[in-house]
Amino acid sequence: MPMVNIAGKDYEVDEEGYLIDLSQWNEDIAKYMAVEEKVDLTEGHWEVVNFLREYYAEYQIAPAVRVLTKAIGKKLGPDKGNNKYLYELFPYGPAKQACKIAGLPKPTGCI
Amino acid sequence: MLHIVNKSATDRGSLESCLAMATKGSAVLLIEDAVYAATNGSAAAAKIQAAAADLKIYALGPDLAARGMAARVLDGVNVVDYAGFVDLVAEHKSCQSWL
Amino acid sequence: MSDMDDMDDGSGIVKKFMFLNRKAPHGTVYALEGLEVVLITAAFDQDVSMVFTDDGVYQLLKGIDTKGIEVKDFSKTYRALDGYDIEKLYVDQASMDARGLTEDDLIVDVTVLSVDEMANLMAEQDVVISF
Repeated sequence: MPMVNIAGKDYEVDEEGYLIDLSQWNEDIAKYMAVEEKVDLTEGHWEVVNFLREYYAEYQIAPAVRVLTKAIGKKLGPDKGNNKYLYELFPYGPAKQACKIAGLPKPTGCI
Repeated sequence: MLHIVNKSATDRGSLESCLAMATKGSAVLLIEDAVYAATNGSAAAAKIQAAAADLKIYALGPDLAARGMAARVLDGVNVVDYAGFVDLVAEHKSCQSWL
Repeated sequence: MSDMDDMDDGSGIVKKFMFLNRKAPHGTVYALEGLEVVLITAAFDQDVSMVFTDDGVYQLLKGIDTKGIEVKDFSKTYRALDGYDIEKLYVDQASMDARGLTEDDLIVDVTVLSVDEMANLMAEQDVVISF
């Protein structure tokens, strides 16, 4: 497995760059993943990343985009709970990119 | 002898076969899905309790917890952890796993 | 999470799918695999029922703690099904009785069916997938 070293700490990632051990996640690794994904992290990005981490802690899965969109809408309002907003934040897909930055495993059913 | 059973008694017949063959004074360790048999209300509970008169019955604690059964263990069943599992293997001359 | 959002084959045909779960959660991989297939199927907007019979009812128990055996606690994931619009969860009364379980022991809301009701439900499906 490939290793990533940030600030003197080693992180194991899979061949697509997803963090192997969720418990290792911190803001350093999130920022590193964001640079890799060419995402410039703003408050809006962090909101989604933190939401995903909470969702995972509660349900032990990363949600499908449709489910994420609906759940974000419920929690953060309809102006954020829509595809347009989420794809603006994560142009290559909120599933793939936001999960990676949030340190979650590769989403179920995502090819 | 230590008998080890790892399949659910409501799915397979291995617990029943084991209990039929285990002689007085033997130990029976239930692991993985076999631990369900050692819980209150299970269809195998009566058989386990009857067997406990002649046999020492053990169940693996981490497997009980992983199945939401830690608080439902039958009286007369001894719960062991992994170190206890190793001790059981070490203190018996032979082991039989009912696969 | 899937970027294949609301994927379907465009035909608009909705079939009745039953996922039949008959295995205890950790001793085999069936329970986890079945759950993952159900979550993927949810993207296809079909009429999905999940049925738990025999040792399958053990999948839904409250109070599961998998730290000691170092596997994922996917019992929490059953509570996410509602968000995937999978709301038809059925358990078999006789299987519950044989294991000393009641609805209060389960982590999600379910409909408890008799064997006859379960048989009728199965008979009216277009597809039954067994785990």
